[in-house]
Amino acid sequence: MEIEAVVNGVAMTLQCSMGTNLLCALRDAGVLSPKTACEEGRCGACSVLNDGAVVYSCLLPALACHGAAITTVEAGVAADLTEALVARGAVQCGFCTPGFVVTIEALLARYAARPLDDATVRAALSGNLCRCTGYEGLVAATLDVHLERTTVSS
Amino acid sequence: MIGADTPRPDVRAKITGTFRYSNDLEAPGMLYLATVRSPHAHAELGHIDATAAAAVQGFVCVLDSRHVPARRQPKALGEQPILAEGVVRFCGEPVALVVAATEDAAWQAAALIRVEYQPLPVLSDATTALAPGAPAVHPGGNLVRHLCLARGELSTGAPVEVEGRWEIGRQDPGFLGLEAALAVPGGDGGVTVRAATQDVCNDQRSIALQLGLEEHQVRVEHAGMGGAFGGRERITLQAHVALAALALGRPVKATYRRHESFVSHAKRHPGLIVLSLGATEGGEVLYARGRVLLDGGAYAPEPTSAVLGAVCYFLGGPYRIPAVDIQGDAVYTNNPISGAMRGFGAPQACFAVESTMDLLAARVGMDPVELRRRNALRPGDLFPTSGQLVPGPAPVREVIDACASIAMPPLPRREAGVRRGVGFALGVKNVLYGEGEPEWAQAEVVLDAHGAVVRSSAAECGQGALGVLTQIATAALDGIPATVPAGSTDDGYAGSSSASRQTWMSGSAVMAAAADVSAQLRILAARCFDVELEKVEIVDGQLRAPGRAATLAEVLGDQQLRAAATYRAPLTRRGDPLTGEGPVHAAWMFVAHRAVVDVDVELGSVRLVQMATAQDVGLAINPREVRGQMVGGSIQGFGFAVMEDLRCEEGVPLNDSFSDYLMPTAADGAEVVTVLVEQAEPQGPFGAKGVGEPPSISSTAAVVAAIRDATGRPLPRIPARPEDCVARALSPDPRR
Repeated sequence: MEIEAVVNGVAMTLQCSMGTNLLCALRDAGVLSPKTACEEGRCGACSVLNDGAVVYSCLLPALACHGAAITTVEAGVAADLTEALVARGAVQCGFCTPGFVVTIEALLARYAARPLDDATVRAALSGNLCRCTGYEGLVAATLDVHLERTTVSS
Repeated sequence: MIGADTPRPDVRAKITGTFRYSNDLEAPGMLYLATVRSPHAHAELGHIDATAAAAVQGFVCVLDSRHVPARRQPKALGEQPILAEGVVRFCGEPVALVVAATEDAAWQAAALIRVEYQPLPVLSDATTALAPGAPAVHPGGNLVRHLCLARGELSTGAPVEVEGRWEIGRQDPGFLGLEAALAVPGGDGGVTVRAATQDVCNDQRSIALQLGLEEHQVRVEHAGMGGAFGGRERITLQAHVALAALALGRPVKATYRRHESFVSHAKRHPGLIVLSLGATEGGEVLYARGRVLLDGGAYAPEPTSAVLGAVCYFLGGPYRIPAVDIQGDAVYTNNPISGAMRGFGAPQACFAVESTMDLLAARVGMDPVELRRRNALRPGDLFPTSGQLVPGPAPVREVIDACASIAMPPLPRREAGVRRGVGFALGVKNVLYGEGEPEWAQAEVVLDAHGAVVRSSAAECGQGALGVLTQIATAALDGIPATVPAGSTDDGYAGSSSASRQTWMSGSAVMAAAADVSAQLRILAARCFDVELEKVEIVDGQLRAPGRAATLAEVLGDQQLRAAATYRAPLTRRGDPLTGEGPVHAAWMFVAHRAVVDVDVELGSVRLVQMATAQDVGLAINPREVRGQMVGGSIQGFGFAVMEDLRCEEGVPLNDSFSDYLMPTAADGAEVVTVLVEQAEPQGPFGAKGVGEPPSISSTAAVVAAIRDATGRPLPRIPARPEDCVARALSPDPRR
């Protein structure tokens, strides 16, 4: 079987069978930033945007994504977030990083016009595991970018 | 340059998703491999029937121990065969490999392999492993190593004696990047294996040994690694894909599932430590008496022996203790394999020492931090267990004071049933291998008009090794840009990325090779400028002499300069067989942690409020990356204190998934305040020493101490479970 989806702005045909999850379909199609790590929706390394919503692609049947717009970090990462992650030392092995980037951007979009604090960021990122960094750099980078974006826009 | 927060070279590729991991490997025409594993912890292995599996579309073949070529040397006692031979000794042990055209077909066929087992008695309790009549895991008995450390006169009847019995659970490295490897057969009967590994040369040796090959027939290349923390020191699937690729003449890839990952890589040794400290009324420690038992699991005697050494040698902490009597046993069981994990025995020892020190502080009525200050090792003291002279710098008091003086978090509003606790712990570990393990590292620097390329086989696990080597090379070349690509067994020997050693070991080799190339370049420039050699300088990557300047390209043209260097570690030896004394360690790292927790004493739930830590790091090559190690390791240590334990029943893991084996999330974590105590290590490159392991050593003990402070519960076991942290509903905390 196959489905049609717009992946990072490009119309693609993804091969799948009944049991294939979106993660495998994407990786088979060469979209490799979403990672296989727990295969049961616990670590967030496979996080992608599905029509604008963050999903664990390992839990989503590929067949349910026919006609969907899927976004991963291959679509591009905002320069301000990239620089904040670099500056805060938020990357070590990097296996979790693309999933975090997807989750962080969705959080920042939700809080584009609202204040954001440490506890809210930590709760919002708690669906993504990072074994290397202890999260501090990821949380700080998120708050840095939020401050920067809300300051510029106000 | 040195001491600058230079961005790590791989950071942007990792953010944008273009960095490739072992999991992403591909080769034209590759086949996929899946592993058939024993569901039994101990059983005789019978017939393996692949009839049903062979009917799966895409099935290629099944391989078992009969397909493994004859070895060139006999298997050592306790060494794991790559496929079980006659007996399986732990749940999850590989018994057969299925190769198929697709990953799905390989898994489907593997599930259809029928294996006959005759269950044997399971040895799951390490405390009974040495008892008469215990099931024998291996023919030679269940003892891996016995170690005895005896120094000084143990006075009988110290004015004060305290004793603790400390139980340690089984922490998993929990790296996110599942084991994956690709093997490509070569034309010469050899094979190239691309894998995520902490040591390509050790993988090469292991694969060659297991498959009856010469080492030169096996090439191993680093593939991108999604974390390691010790769990990638031994091979797991590397020999399997190599075996299949050689048997079939096709590239073969395998990727583990999470439950396989849990049973395949080594875990931190669980165990039991009984420790007594004798002291004066004033809290001066007079002696330490310890008994250690470690559960090594079913195989792999070498790491278990070395970890036992670490637990025993660090059971006196970083304290001046004139007499010790420490005896340790490490045993085989039918439990999952134990081995290296960040800290390598030092966290277990630290939990026991620091918990017992707190008992002593309570007994003599002294502040726990003050008790540690009074007993802290100073330069010129003898290390308590090995009796080695501790040279300077040994900033033990400095890390205590720096950590203790970090500002405390503000007190929260009172909440019914929630109590705050504060705990302090001090840790120590050797940097570099120690105990007489031969140790060296090689590097080569190749310089042309574009800059320098460093060839090293040091493993980048995510800890930043290649970034550190880049900074060292650039600094040693006075600003000439250097790159350090991921290497392979073609790039010399670097040893393992473990024991916090690569900055020191490979860093020293890179520095020496770079200095050689720099000297060659200055000679060329002196000729170019027609000046004396002493007048030539390299400044910001440019060649200069009084009144003269030239770029690298102008001096080199199309020439290439190269130099290789081998750095040898300071010599260590195994300790005296009777007393354990001797130069067993090259140098030490010291660390302190202070944890602040809020405990809901009715639920037994623990919230980390703040972790403060000060660490003896030598001079930091890259302070930001050093802090990254400190924060990440501290949160791993918090995980071990309150949640991380791979539980087993009769040798069968009960929680081998991320749903059931819990690790800290961002919501569990908290602010980690770090202080780098920088005193130059005279033997390290640019004054650096190691930094990777200490964050995981004293963090766990500090968290448990904080929970004790909050609840008054004794907490003799890590991880502390919610039921251990429940306390009587107490009157409102008077400190609020």
